[in-house]
Amino acid sequence: MGYQGIGASVRRKEDLRFLSGKGNYTDDINRPGQLYAVIKRSDRPHATIDSIDIAAASAAPGVVKVFTGADIVEAGLGGIPCGWQIHNIDGTPMAEPMHPVLAVGKVRHVGDPVAVVIAESRQDAKNAAELLDIAYTDMSAVANLTDAVKPGAVEVHDGVGGNICYDWAIGDKAIVDGVFANAHKVVKLDLTNNRLIPNAMEPRVALGDFDTSSGDWTLYTTSQNPHVIRLLMGAFVLHIPENKLRVVAPDVGGGFGSKIYHYAEEAIVTWAAGKLRRPVKWTADRSESFMSDAHGRDHVSTAEMAIDKEGHFLGLRITTLANMGAYLSTFAPAVPTYLYATLLAGVYKTPVIYCNVKAVFTNTVPVDAYRGAGRPEATYLLERLVDVIALETGIDKVELRRKNFIGVDAFPYQTPVALQYDSGDYQTTLKVALKNADWDGFEARRAEAKKRGKLRGIGISTYVEACGIAPSAVVGSLGARAGLYEVAEIRVHPTGSVTVFTGTHSHGQGHETTFAQLVVDQLGVPFDQIEIVHGDTAKIPFGMGTYGSRSLPVGGSAMVKAMDKVIAKGKKIAAHLMEAAVEDIEFKDNTFTVAGTDKSKTLTDISLAAYVPHNYPIEELEPGLDETAFYDPKNFTFPGGCHIAEVEIDPETGVVEMVGFTAVDDVGRVVNPMIVEGQVQGGVAQGIGQALMEACTYDSDGQLLSGSYMDYAMPRANDIPGSLSVATENTLCTHNPLGSKGCGEVGAIGSPPAVINAVVDALKEYGVRHLDMPATGAKLWSIIQAAPSSGHTPAMAAE
Amino acid sequence: MAQVTLTVNGKQHTVEVEGRTLLVELLREKLGLTGTHIGCDTSQCGACVVHIDGMSVKSCTQLALQADGANILTIEGLAEADGTLHPMQEMFREHHALQCGFCTPGMVMTAVDLVQSHPEGLSEKEIREGLEGNLCRCTGYHNIVKAIAAAHPLMHAQAAE
Amino acid sequence: MYDFAYQKPGSLADAVSVLSGDMEAKALAGGQTFIPVLKQRLNKPSTVVDLAGLGLSGITVSGDVITIGAMTRHADIASNADIKAKIPGLAHQASLIGDEAVRHRGTMGGSLANNDPAACYPSALLALGGTIKTDRRTIAADDFFQGMFTTALDQGEIITSIDLPIPEKSAYEKFRNPASRYAIVGVFVAKFASGVRLAITGASQGGVFRHTEMEKALSANFAPDAIAGIVTPADGLNGDIHASAEYRAHLIGVISKRAVAKAA
Ligand SMILES: Cc1cc2nc3c(=O)[nH]c(=O)nc-3n(C[C@H](O)[C@H](O)[C@H](O)COP(=O)(O)OP(=O)(O)OC[C@H]3O[C@@H](n4cnc5c(N)ncnc54)[C@H](O)[C@@H]3O)c2cc1C
Ligand code: FES
Ligand code: FES
Repeated sequence: MGYQGIGASVRRKEDLRFLSGKGNYTDDINRPGQLYAVIKRSDRPHATIDSIDIAAASAAPGVVKVFTGADIVEAGLGGIPCGWQIHNIDGTPMAEPMHPVLAVGKVRHVGDPVAVVIAESRQDAKNAAELLDIAYTDMSAVANLTDAVKPGAVEVHDGVGGNICYDWAIGDKAIVDGVFANAHKVVKLDLTNNRLIPNAMEPRVALGDFDTSSGDWTLYTTSQNPHVIRLLMGAFVLHIPENKLRVVAPDVGGGFGSKIYHYAEEAIVTWAAGKLRRPVKWTADRSESFMSDAHGRDHVSTAEMAIDKEGHFLGLRITTLANMGAYLSTFAPAVPTYLYATLLAGVYKTPVIYCNVKAVFTNTVPVDAYRGAGRPEATYLLERLVDVIALETGIDKVELRRKNFIGVDAFPYQTPVALQYDSGDYQTTLKVALKNADWDGFEARRAEAKKRGKLRGIGISTYVEACGIAPSAVVGSLGARAGLYEVAEIRVHPTGSVTVFTGTHSHGQGHETTFAQLVVDQLGVPFDQIEIVHGDTAKIPFGMGTYGSRSLPVGGSAMVKAMDKVIAKGKKIAAHLMEAAVEDIEFKDNTFTVAGTDKSKTLTDISLAAYVPHNYPIEELEPGLDETAFYDPKNFTFPGGCHIAEVEIDPETGVVEMVGFTAVDDVGRVVNPMIVEGQVQGGVAQGIGQALMEACTYDSDGQLLSGSYMDYAMPRANDIPGSLSVATENTLCTHNPLGSKGCGEVGAIGSPPAVINAVVDALKEYGVRHLDMPATGAKLWSIIQAAPSSGHTPAMAAE
Repeated sequence: MAQVTLTVNGKQHTVEVEGRTLLVELLREKLGLTGTHIGCDTSQCGACVVHIDGMSVKSCTQLALQADGANILTIEGLAEADGTLHPMQEMFREHHALQCGFCTPGMVMTAVDLVQSHPEGLSEKEIREGLEGNLCRCTGYHNIVKAIAAAHPLMHAQAAE
Repeated sequence: MYDFAYQKPGSLADAVSVLSGDMEAKALAGGQTFIPVLKQRLNKPSTVVDLAGLGLSGITVSGDVITIGAMTRHADIASNADIKAKIPGLAHQASLIGDEAVRHRGTMGGSLANNDPAACYPSALLALGGTIKTDRRTIAADDFFQGMFTTALDQGEIITSIDLPIPEKSAYEKFRNPASRYAIVGVFVAKFASGVRLAITGASQGGVFRHTEMEKALSANFAPDAIAGIVTPADGLNGDIHASAEYRAHLIGVISKRAVAKAA
């Protein structure tokens, strides 16, 4: 077996069940007597609901009940809560309009749930849903940011003037304006961050169950954080106390953020199960996912950098419009503020920064965190801007980055936008990436490609991100309505095997393996005697779940703390058994030893003694060996690194082919290199998707045009370069016991600007300064067409 | 309701179905074989791929009644009876070709057919093209391609035995 | 899906009689278009008539014609030795349809009957000047396609086979929709002793069409350069979120040249 602790590429425990079809995903769960819910959704972007006639639907075969928004109101249920409150520049709180479980009076986006039909079979419910007679009066709608903030634009929510949810800023505008007024040069860039649809491969599912004997509710749901759902749904929507509500998130088929949030369907099935005294299951069709899962990104920004003669960054000034969609999803307000604007220093020493963010309501699906959440938007903006500065100053783009980097000896480094980076070494990740990508050999490859009639380009991005979220007091002061610590319980059983109960949730990350590695490392228990339990509020003390690359830095640290407690207690027991002073007991490799002697006891000896306390310090110590720790991180963690993309463009069609991608990331201590590589590869593929293919598209009236895989382009195997190289160059996190920083999002954060920088580089002979994502063939062809150097025929045609 | 008789993973079943019942619904709901997944409603994601008479097919795009008399292999039937994994399953594990595992059953079934129908060997590009009908959002495909390449010689060596 | 009765007749006559006797009955071939349509509840048939029991699949060569049974799967067309040797463009085209699982089920007859404006085979049939045989008549390719999703088939009429004349040279080039992977522009070019035929799918609002200007130029000189100067107007072409009509017009030129280069 070899070593299976920290640093080993241990093959995953969970794979055996996934590979043999024995995973237990929510849709695989069925309860006796189960009913099926189908949600009737608005096909209008914006309309008043004048009437809903449920008579025909209610009388249809198999139908048990039809509920509408009126029933929810009558039952006194709350709206879907938002977990974060941002304050405006003037100190007033953001606009926080009601987010009803089922629409009341108005629908505000295509996909807004209007009614639910509950029937004996899914097909019966679907048939009946077609019989619902809903009279709407259409209103004009706004889908895109710039339209929504135009004077006179229709209001998505009555009384939310200008559709502004909040108008927020960070930094001192007067000081920054002063720097700009005296700068040698100012470089300005307008850019958008394209709207994406997360598309975890498992569609969302919710199954509500009510136990008529105990009066307890259970919700099985596709969630990244069952305790958060229990809290939000129980306390705010259904008014069910925690002790009566269990939330189970079993195997979950990917999340990427989209399964963090509390969704209406969860509340509907749980509530309906109680009302109808029968289990109620809802399974999303993929086309429903497209219009009901929270979307990601969707920013429009203007960025300006003030620089001196040598190209040193003197100040950064940014205005951003961020799309919230029609309602505030759980984390939405935090994404363009505390996950975005606070990252705008990037890896650079820019001394002053001002950023103004206006969050905007539109008639679209709610927008919330999607893999990277705010940091991809910040990184894209910065790394595009830096490339444009290089272009306009003539300074080499690598050199420009180097000279503005925060130095390796500057840590801890206080940025002008609140964050304090604890560690990093940007010069090294850059250096290694340049080498791995054979940066110096690029011009030869460009020349060779040219002979084949292809335009080759190379692009770089150097980035840092803030994850491992998050210190509770800090986020609390920033508007979070929850703490963001993590919880672990380490249960050493009488015979020395271990069960870990973690409040984080694995939906692809491999916690059953990496968390077991932590136990192998710290307690010396064999890998196959360790079980990781997650995803069930009935089993796990508490937890905030998995997102923001927090599971290892925060959840893993909670485990370390709990194991520290196990060892501390074990030492006391060992001291008693070996008649030594506690201070003389050492613990290593599963064994307690009296220092300087050959007297020792294994962890199993100790755990046995703890559960069979015949010879035991019972006066001072409770029996048992089961310890819980709540770990609240002291700071964010700051992974960073360098991504380099290489592309070839077919000038006749505009189509971009990814021909190379190199990532060198600093993720802190690596527990399982194989899993880290996999996380980065997956993140990079999503970043390539954002840069080249993916576009959630609404028409100007709010109809979703990219509502299925027929129209939403996601990367397939062939879209990802075979020469994808990922590596790490790590510095340790200084403030958590593992030294780990997190690796779940770096791939998606660093890669999009590298790809677009490469595309722009490939097009340099056409005088292209910037283009917005995604860089589709159609878009590049029109850019090539319009470029002054190309005339009107596609000049490059190399037959 | 009509009757369909089919062999699934070596075992014959006769099941009552509706005309509209899809093969994937028969597998998941009537036979409890929930390893075959549903990831889309436009026949594009491949999470539902099974073998019908040895060929990869999207079980979401096939009526149960069309499979009357057919021999079906699902992910549950791929390993040997004693639990020994199929070489493709082994290589997926070895090369970390799965994360959340949701696309995995369809991916593995597609990959097995791909390798079986190309005894002459498969280039990396051919493997990527062979995965045209399978979406994975987690892995970026890199390790899936590696796993399939590694399984190729193992499967053909086993077949030659 | 709405429920329906399922029938699998054992003879063509039985199939025709069910389909002709019931306006709401629909034929099912490979189901790779029809079943997704049913799942979206866009069609509500009373009876679905599975054509799989009619013995309509198979590929035969006789003289200068290849006959393909309507129920022949895409995968079989892609791998058939005769087709690869005699109409390589068709074998290649079949190999580009959907993915392997789709190709294991989808049929040529189903694709032609459906006449999706972004489908591949219509361009082969038209460029090769093939003939559709049905349970009751033969229909020349030039008369068969009548605009998107519309063909000359009558209610209940079943395609039984397709005759495709063997050209001297053939090729298919496809510019894929990045999401659906259907054709944004697909070009099938076939060179016969009598001249060149070139058909374009995916691009036009009217469905597949022959590019007569290119055909004329290529009949005179079968080389990419012969059509390099031909500009296809964007009028009447499709525009959507993936490609404007202008882009499609441009791609017709590029993809046609590539098809000719491949065939030549
Ligand atoms: C993921 C995916 C990707 C695809 N990509 C492509 C692509 O790139 N290019 C492409 O061309 N196609 C593509 N297709 C469509 C595929 O080729 C279908 O197989 C084809 O369009 C329909 O053939 P079928 O045998 O499946 O017919 P069915 O779906 O069974 O039938 C289609 C229609 O034709 C009628 N019909 C079928 N057979 C006959 C007959 N013999 N006589 C009269 N009427 C008949 C049916 O009643 C039905 O209305 C794709 C499909 C999928 C699911
Ligand atoms: S479920 Fe997506 S292809 Fe079958
Ligand atoms: S492993 Fe999650 S979708 Fe492929």
